Amino acid sequence: MDKNLDFNGPHSMGTTIVGVTYKDGVILGADSRTSTGVYVANRASDKITQLTDNVYVCRSGSAADSQIVSDYVRYFLHQHTIQLGQPATVKVAANLVRLLAYNNKDMLQTGMIVGGWDKYEGGKIYGIPLGGTVIEQPFAIGGSGSSYLYGFFDQAWKEGMTKDEAEDLVKKAVSLAIARDGASGGVVRTVVINKDGATRNFYPGDQLPLWHEELMPQNSLLDIWGAAASPEPMTTE
Amino acid sequence: MTNAKFEAPPKGGFSFDLCKRNEMLLNKGLKAPGFLKTGTTIVGLIFQDGVILGADTRATEGPIVADKNCEKIHYMAPNIYCCGAGTAADTEAVTDMVSSQLKLHRYHTGRESRVVTSLTLLKTHLFRYQGYVSAALVLGGVDITGPHLHTIYPHGSTDTLPFATMGSGSLAAMSVFESKFREGLSKEEGIKLVCEAISSGIFNDLGSGSNVDVCVITKGNVEYLRNHVEPNPRTYTSAKGCTFTKPTEVLSTKVSLREKKAEVNEGGDAMEE
Repeated sequence: MDKNLDFNGPHSMGTTIVGVTYKDGVILGADSRTSTGVYVANRASDKITQLTDNVYVCRSGSAADSQIVSDYVRYFLHQHTIQLGQPATVKVAANLVRLLAYNNKDMLQTGMIVGGWDKYEGGKIYGIPLGGTVIEQPFAIGGSGSSYLYGFFDQAWKEGMTKDEAEDLVKKAVSLAIARDGASGGVVRTVVINKDGATRNFYPGDQLPLWHEELMPQNSLLDIWGAAASPEPMTTE
Repeated sequence: MTNAKFEAPPKGGFSFDLCKRNEMLLNKGLKAPGFLKTGTTIVGLIFQDGVILGADTRATEGPIVADKNCEKIHYMAPNIYCCGAGTAADTEAVTDMVSSQLKLHRYHTGRESRVVTSLTLLKTHLFRYQGYVSAALVLGGVDITGPHLHTIYPHGSTDTLPFATMGSGSLAAMSVFESKFREGLSKEEGIKLVCEAISSGIFNDLGSGSNVDVCVITKGNVEYLRNHVEPNPRTYTSAKGCTFTKPTEVLSTKVSLREKKAEVNEGGDAMEE
């Protein structure tokens, strides 16, 4: 059987995930497509997972692997928060992800971006790519769609952006990748994290900017023709 | 699965060496015996006041229909049911096992099981077996936190959705849901849509067939509608039914003692050395 038509293969998130720091915190962003080979298994998935009140993680790669890693890290961070009596820092969260990703590197196929805010270091982004290293970065991109974004971020990211500037950047980046990367698609989800907490935002496909040669979203041709055409094509009632 | 150039000896966990060996033998042309697979259409959706699950009833063994009326909606807890696709033995075993763990958990906590608990138990088991337990599930139920619907894949990944389809007929069923699903369906509309989705699997997917099973779970109530729709009745039966020309002859009804009973001598002689 054609490898591309393997519906029983493992679930992977051909993904676009991004994380940027701005003046007061961080913004994480992701598309919402989960695919099995050529089939879109979930068109509205949530790849930005909560670890604690102030730390979130963007997941890419194997869905099963990234879910199990983030489930374990969330569990350890809850324990850590109780023992410490105060919220866990972003660095601790990133280091726990790294620990699991590194120790089980032969078993795991997942890249993650940990982002959050804590009172010691403010907004921080950590990238944890495939091998299980951890890199503190002013901005991080990941997933199959990220290859289309390196140049864009080198050009567009600026130190000390406002919240609106940064969220526009994230939205723009993910929608650009959705337009070019077949494995990314659906909606854009973002999480804004700063000293006041975390806010989730959701941008459906028809509210995203259109890029080069993209078509306007439209309803099914059956709906458009349904009223005008006679006799009605392909209806039973 | 592994991307390492060389393989370090594992520190712990399971050994999948034999799986690799079998894969190699298969590539060399070995014909492995097949399992009973449920080439399946299973679906679920969330409606106004709960969850509706649906399944077809065909079980296949390669090109052979092994069972024309099997049950694919498995019991997990009084308020939770689970549709299974994949290897029949695996879906049956994994749902039975988790169902038993849930019951023990209920005795321990004295509270109704939650859907997320079943979800976590199922996904940890499936992840542990790295996709070799081939069970693709649609899990649905109503608990204290409301109605829930999840899909679980053999590798242990899970999704949370308002409507879901699984199995070889999932594409046919999903096309029905994608065009007709909306939020806040009534019970009747929900059952109708589920039946339509399963029927589209039954008629358009070779792996699915026979009847439609439906399970409606609401707060404090479950309706298991076994063979709710039977779109494929047997065509080769007589409408008048069957009568045998002469009754089966009974040879003997007399019960007779075949051997003499053993006798026990109460208060016998004491043992001697």
